[in-house]
Amino acid sequence: MAELLVTRTSLPLQRSLTRRERLDLPRRITMLSAGLVVFIVGMLLVFIGVRGLTLFVASGVPITDILSATWAPNPDNPPNTFGLLPFILGTVGITVLAALIAAPLSIGLAVFMSEVAPAWARNIIRPAMEVFVGIPSVVYGFLGASVLVPFLQHDLRGLGFTFGKSWFAGSLVLSLMILPTITSIAYDALITVPGDLRMGSLALGTTRWQTIRHILLPAARAGILTAIILGMMRAAGEALAVQMVIGNRVGIPFDPTKPIAAMTAQITIDMGNTTFNQPWNQALWTMGLILLLMSFGFVTIARRIGRRATRS
Amino acid sequence: MAILLRPPSDATSAGAQRQPVSASLPAVTETPRWAATTPIAPAEAKLGLDDVTISYGPKVAVRSISLAIPANAVTALIGPSGCGKSTVLRCFNRMNDLIPGARAAGRVLFNGEDVGARDVQPVDVRRRIGMVFQKPNPFPMSIYENVAYGPRRHGAKDKRQLDEIVEGSLRRAAIWDEVKDDLRKKSGLALSGGQQQRLCIARTLATSPEVILMDEPCSALDPIATLKIEGLISELRETVTIVIVTHNMQQASRVSDRTAFFTLGEDRAGRLVEMGDTLQIFTNPRQQLTEDYVSGRFG
Amino acid sequence: MTARLRADRLATATLWAIAIAVVGLLLTIILNFVIKSIGVVSPSFLTSAPSGTELGGIGPLFFNSMYLLALTLLINVPLGTLGGIYMAEYAADNRLTNTIRFCQELISSVPSIVVGLFGLAVFVTTFGWGYSALAGALALTVFNLPLMTRLTEGAIRAVPADERAASLALGATKWQTITRVVLPIAIPGVVTGIILTAGRIFGEAAALIFTSGSSTPSAFDYGYISLTDPRSPWSPFHTATTMSVYIWHVNSEGLGNFVAQIANGTSAVLILTVLLFNLGARGLGRVLQRRVSGA
Repeated sequence: MAELLVTRTSLPLQRSLTRRERLDLPRRITMLSAGLVVFIVGMLLVFIGVRGLTLFVASGVPITDILSATWAPNPDNPPNTFGLLPFILGTVGITVLAALIAAPLSIGLAVFMSEVAPAWARNIIRPAMEVFVGIPSVVYGFLGASVLVPFLQHDLRGLGFTFGKSWFAGSLVLSLMILPTITSIAYDALITVPGDLRMGSLALGTTRWQTIRHILLPAARAGILTAIILGMMRAAGEALAVQMVIGNRVGIPFDPTKPIAAMTAQITIDMGNTTFNQPWNQALWTMGLILLLMSFGFVTIARRIGRRATRS
Repeated sequence: MAILLRPPSDATSAGAQRQPVSASLPAVTETPRWAATTPIAPAEAKLGLDDVTISYGPKVAVRSISLAIPANAVTALIGPSGCGKSTVLRCFNRMNDLIPGARAAGRVLFNGEDVGARDVQPVDVRRRIGMVFQKPNPFPMSIYENVAYGPRRHGAKDKRQLDEIVEGSLRRAAIWDEVKDDLRKKSGLALSGGQQQRLCIARTLATSPEVILMDEPCSALDPIATLKIEGLISELRETVTIVIVTHNMQQASRVSDRTAFFTLGEDRAGRLVEMGDTLQIFTNPRQQLTEDYVSGRFG
Repeated sequence: MTARLRADRLATATLWAIAIAVVGLLLTIILNFVIKSIGVVSPSFLTSAPSGTELGGIGPLFFNSMYLLALTLLINVPLGTLGGIYMAEYAADNRLTNTIRFCQELISSVPSIVVGLFGLAVFVTTFGWGYSALAGALALTVFNLPLMTRLTEGAIRAVPADERAASLALGATKWQTITRVVLPIAIPGVVTGIILTAGRIFGEAAALIFTSGSSTPSAFDYGYISLTDPRSPWSPFHTATTMSVYIWHVNSEGLGNFVAQIANGTSAVLILTVLLFNLGARGLGRVLQRRVSGA
């Protein structure tokens, strides 16, 4: 049995904090860096908000005016009206059509990757998606302008109609851009569906397609919807690619084969032609404010839906 | 001048500067010896728990634990899994602080001082009470850097001093001969499991701790590595107080001087059943529950 | 029975067709630019300045793209890393943290043209810098910061808990643990993320048109080094039209006989650079990962 010694000869525990330690600089500095985003959001609202509202506040244009369909901002051609409806509808139009084109293809691709594709195929498609995303949007825009539009203009003459820069061209280009986005989010949603569900269905003697259609897609519905919505958000915010192929003709959109105008594109075109305190310029800032509020609104609603989903 | 229970290679003068040396510290203290049956008060032992209850949020992990851990000896904490042995171990070096929602009531004593007191710095406690984990966790650095990590963080900068500390620690951990040629080139992760654990022990020794807490240090290792480490523990006990949590009763009986037996109470919280001399616990326990456990009837 | 099997076979065939079509489309797109840039892209194209009369080159534009990338990363990486450290190590589950996350999502969703407007309002006009690289870099920081922060946060969270425990058990402080143990392990993830972000920054245009400028530059005098004079290409205040913006600009202006070649050539260079960034990210990430996980 060992001899057990008890001593009390050690130094006492350190109790005081140096001033530097009390300051906890690392925590404060990192917190400021993280909190910067809050400051930025505030600044965004302030700067764009102020300029977006000068149309009403400084130039006295009534707010309801912007909902009219007449856009005649050029001071050389009075009277001036600042109806933004064509642009709002235009943005919605190209976004929705782009989603209609891209969604089936993206979801199909996502389903392919998660259910059908052998490993070698997945290893080709995933990097391909990364490359797709990596291509700058201007390049897509230029592709549209240099390849797609001429194709639509000339090569379809045999079919009886031609169109060039148009709503359809814009949506087609946008669909290319949002395809990888929707695909990857939908893919993530599909692979999180537990394997047991698949096995359960197949064990009942169903075919793979039946399993996909009746079990898998409904189970991943929330994620797929999120994917489409995020894709649409991206499409709505795109400026340059769109501006290069939609023709930028202001009017209420009816015909996908005709040119169309959108908020983002209009800002890029007109900004250079306006001077700072003109109502025309202010109207462009108002469009910017609408876009800002739209994107903020989207995020807020998506968050609320997400939170309600997890709570239930 | 206080006598410090540290091996001569400790030259952390930087550390000494941080401590205000109290004038009222006793001189070379009387060292009361005590017989196996005389219990030590928790406040007089190297480590002690005075009616400690630890909970994680609403769940109580251990309830009303009081015990005393003597200096320069190996104390084993044994008991069935889930009864809070690791929780008890972790409260000595304030590592429970890292678990969100963890709260401790009662006093956790180190040299008679409550380490849970508000103004005590956990950093200081952990320098003096080291810990070896169940799964060896060397840093992704060279062997040298692994061992020098602790002293460096506490302010040691002199190269020769660090070299001495590193060599001394690796020797005490019985791994010096195996690694002395690759100190700076080989990564800590390139060693075998047993070697990694000895590296972790060396790393802990480098800060000259007064206590080393070991949480099932051999459970991830093969029998040969286990034996090496048990031999190490026996050597170390002469200069360091060791508390070891182990599942392996044979290991506890081989290696420890004192043993504390825990079990799960009816409220699903861990409690201390019996503590005493290892020989006595294993051959002539006072509690029936202890007798049942050590003879393999449950756990 | 056979109707179901036929449907299944049809579905499988359709899915394969979609996959092949999409990948084929991508290849066609890349091929399109590669072919059209043969005869256009050459070392002199990459180095000489735009010319009004001949094909000219994109030298200053390439420089601007790189310069802007470097400047943006210089601002973004430290800020994002510090922010990520806070979110991963210090942030509790409280209102501030939730607000930060909410704001990160908000900013990530803002269209880049709107960010460009913001940059125009704040840096170009209010601060008075005019169209400048710094204005562009700060605009890019606005919507890259949340990304960078989330990246570092993720990489830091991925560091195993027992490394942290070992460091703290040795008596190291939290900050020492972060800088000496956690960050070194998290670095491969962070670096990969930075390179991927770099690819996106490189291709950005809408936010730059009204901040770093869209005018066609003339030849740069690389020898003239000044940090304050906007005429020096090394100054953050020089107008820094990037390659992406140039493609748009050239196409919009439509002047000159070489619009198509210039735009095609520049597009090819852009795509190639982004591809290199992607490959580099994967490669470097793998190398660093190996170094961190032993041997």
